[in-house]
Amino acid sequence: MARRSHVQTTLNGETVEFLCEPRQSLLEVLRDELHLTGAKEGCNNGNCGACSVILDGRLVNSCLVLGVETEGKSVETIEGLAGPDKLHPIQDAFLENAALQCGICTPGFIMSAKALLDQNPNPTEHEVRYWLAGNLCRCTGYDKIVRAVLDAAAAK
Amino acid sequence: MLENKEYKVIGTRPIRHDGVDKVTGRALYGADFQAAGLLHGRVLRSPHAHARIISIDTSRAEALPGVKSVVTAKDLPDAGDKVADLGEGAVNLKHLCDNILASDKVLYKGHAVAAVAATNPHIAEEACTRIDVEYEVLPPVLEVRQAMAPDAPLLHEHLKTASMGETADEPSNVASHLQHKLGDPEKGFAEADIIIEREFVTGTVHQGYIEPHNATAHYNADGQLTIWCSTQGAFTVREQVAEILQYPISKIKVVPMEIGGGFGGKISVYIKPVAALLAKKTGKPVKVLMNRADVFEGTGPTPASYIRVKMGATKEGKITAAEAYLAFEAGAYPGSPVGPGAMCIFAPYSIENVIIDGYDVVVNKPKTAPYRAPGAPNAAFGSETVVDEIAEKLGIDPLEIRLLNAAKEGDRRADGPVHPRIGCIETVEAAKAHPHYTAPNGKKHHGRGVASGYWFNIGLESSVTINVNSDGTINLVEGSTDIGGTRASIAMQAAEVLGISAESVNPSVVDTNSVGYTAVTGGSRTTYATGYAAYEAAQDVKRQMIARAAKLWEVDEANVQFADGEFSSINGKEEQISFRDLCARLGETGGPIVGSGTVNPGGAGGAYATHVVDVAVDEETGKVDILRYTAVQDAGKAIHPSYVEGQIQGGAVQGIGWALNEEYIYNAEGEMTNASFLDYRMPTCLDLPMIDAVIVEVPNPGHPYGVRGVGEVPIVPPMAAIANAIYDAIGVRMTELPMSPDRLLKAMGKI
Amino acid sequence: MPIVAIPSLLRNLTNGEDSVTVPGTTIREVINNLETHYPGMKARLCEDDRIKPGIAVYVNGLLTRGSILESVDADAEIHFLPAIGGGISETVH
Repeated sequence: MARRSHVQTTLNGETVEFLCEPRQSLLEVLRDELHLTGAKEGCNNGNCGACSVILDGRLVNSCLVLGVETEGKSVETIEGLAGPDKLHPIQDAFLENAALQCGICTPGFIMSAKALLDQNPNPTEHEVRYWLAGNLCRCTGYDKIVRAVLDAAAAK
Repeated sequence: MLENKEYKVIGTRPIRHDGVDKVTGRALYGADFQAAGLLHGRVLRSPHAHARIISIDTSRAEALPGVKSVVTAKDLPDAGDKVADLGEGAVNLKHLCDNILASDKVLYKGHAVAAVAATNPHIAEEACTRIDVEYEVLPPVLEVRQAMAPDAPLLHEHLKTASMGETADEPSNVASHLQHKLGDPEKGFAEADIIIEREFVTGTVHQGYIEPHNATAHYNADGQLTIWCSTQGAFTVREQVAEILQYPISKIKVVPMEIGGGFGGKISVYIKPVAALLAKKTGKPVKVLMNRADVFEGTGPTPASYIRVKMGATKEGKITAAEAYLAFEAGAYPGSPVGPGAMCIFAPYSIENVIIDGYDVVVNKPKTAPYRAPGAPNAAFGSETVVDEIAEKLGIDPLEIRLLNAAKEGDRRADGPVHPRIGCIETVEAAKAHPHYTAPNGKKHHGRGVASGYWFNIGLESSVTINVNSDGTINLVEGSTDIGGTRASIAMQAAEVLGISAESVNPSVVDTNSVGYTAVTGGSRTTYATGYAAYEAAQDVKRQMIARAAKLWEVDEANVQFADGEFSSINGKEEQISFRDLCARLGETGGPIVGSGTVNPGGAGGAYATHVVDVAVDEETGKVDILRYTAVQDAGKAIHPSYVEGQIQGGAVQGIGWALNEEYIYNAEGEMTNASFLDYRMPTCLDLPMIDAVIVEVPNPGHPYGVRGVGEVPIVPPMAAIANAIYDAIGVRMTELPMSPDRLLKAMGKI
Repeated sequence: MPIVAIPSLLRNLTNGEDSVTVPGTTIREVINNLETHYPGMKARLCEDDRIKPGIAVYVNGLLTRGSILESVDADAEIHFLPAIGGGISETVH
């Protein structure tokens, strides 16, 4: 087994330290080392977006980032989005619009939508579709997801 | 009449009960399960599509530090040749076991051969590369017509064609032949003014759920086996694992975790018995996860098929006869959905003279698994294209010809039984009246197409218990995995009975030790049958509560009535108490109340759908864009309309993927060359417009609220609707799926 | 008496008749009476006093659990059809 590296990073606003093998992806670190299982593995090669997180303000597939790469950086995951007694407006919009069925892709879509609205608070339907094209959903046909993101933008 | 009934909860759109957990990442899916001392399993899969296993040497793998156990088919009990009745209907137990871990032959690339448990997933993966398997490679059979040829290599030396209780003498790749015959087809075709006969070919496609299969198993020292997993049916997992491992059902507990999609593909077991074997050998909990390539290569695609359809009609448009030949690829072991395909192919029509032949054929591809209305989409691609061509040749509007021939209550289906109350006509009429259908459609290379579809839906067993809380809420315990909002649609039916809000119900999906037998979440049955059980359990609660009110007021039970959430005394004493207030007095009136309901209803109402689609065909690239899509469907009664719309939209989009992009691409050696989400391209949101879901409600007399299953039928019409739209756009009839750019260019004569 | 629709692949046993009337108050009685009139029928439908796996029984248009103990009305219409494969139907537990 490869020697484990010490990594310090900011995770959802808190400083965390962890040990990981150099070959472990950020997704593996989040799920297996830090027990944050909100990011999901759907393909492990960057094609489905179920593991989407925000790294230093940029949307990434956490399966394509190594855990050691997060040294000194800031990671936002689905677990950090809601307040103690209040959901994030995107989360509320997903619930109001019934924008999830099985829910496995939902954390990824919500993180992806957050990254979009952080940089473009009033996207058009086409801009939403273009941005979310890296996230696969097999249940909903996307209709209600796109509406939820547009609603969340309008509510802001 | 069910039609005119006003409801308080049913038909509203409450927030689903599991919603907050699912938007915050807290909901626990199968792969999220953790346990102290957990080992990680990995399955070694065959690199060959067809080969005999000469030997397996696991010694080098076992020697790797961190490896705790290696298993092969030798670790499974001898299956003999027993036929077991399991969640997939009757299956040959040897076939079932061989699909878990191959014993003598591998029958597809990706076929499981051995499995390893190790201290971490990377070691387990490395160990798999150290298992030495010697194969004698055999020629693969990759296509249904090739497999049916008399000189085709045989997958199973003992497989003989069964046809309605009779078995042929000679071995064959054709596992079974079925036939439906109604009236006199020869006479029917003689009466026709126009006869159209066409051949169709459809590709192998995958359900494409985003969550790969997963299972964690643990054997306690007392022999109790627990399996945590994603599944469409915890009880079905229990039955299949019990059969495969020859282990008593009473010693197996299956805990259904949240499930990340299934569409029929998470009924069959693959790695669950493997995890159990590894857990037994190591004495530790073992988690086995598939990766995406494993899912494509090792789990249920839905069959490729070859279909011939011939239909005849008078010049007025009356269909006089229909004939269909359906040959479906079962994959490595028998059991394709050619049966339901044959039952559904002409179901939107009332036709007096019909003959349908179906063949279930084994090929060197993964054993097929159910996928949303299994068999019906392949079949409807053929029949609905031919109906469109007849309408076009006769100069009749394509929805008009459907109305002219529409199946209705009392008409006989081609396979014999008579239709109960159905909503075929209503969906076609709603499509015809929709602004989409009447909108202008004249641009060059733009086209509009329509198609209808049928799926019969199923009933089967469900159990629900309700525990009444002192604050006027109820805890509802059910066994149906919630794959798309059914906690809500089931809870709402109990709430309606008890006159409480949807939010006053706390639904839980529990393990197989904690609720009565409940069949799979599949067959569009969950809101129908488990909802029915919830209705019965709530009725049981209501009856008991009436007795408590009667006791409280010292009146006869017959003098207590319940309406709008209030119990009241009639005939004499005037008394009234709300459901909530009476819940606070259960202790003093006799103790806790538990209501229970079990059903096995036979009245699952069949569902019809009619879709309208506009496409644009790019003449230079052959790419088809969906411009506008309207999906009309009879839901019987939509309990939670948002989630009914979601089923319709999701099904339609899966159909769009099947129609335009999705297929397994094989090389000559039988290797799938596109086993990733990059190369097996499912629709993204950028490929699509909004999907307008139109709910028609023709109540099903077989359910107290009129519910019909809604999950499956929306995938039936899209392929034909899009093919018909492409014809309208460019004047070419597409008869092969998917209608990908290369096929379009070929059809247009550009390449 | 119940009417039994004869599947096309079994009509060689009924001289081509597509439906026949036989007495019986359960599926078992109906099948036994079919066998009396049309020898060979029972072997095609049953195995060890149970409906063969792979065959589904419909009574009055509704799919039954395929039990030979299923009772049938005097005017019932009975269909023996190929069971639905492909996993959407669970059979006997």
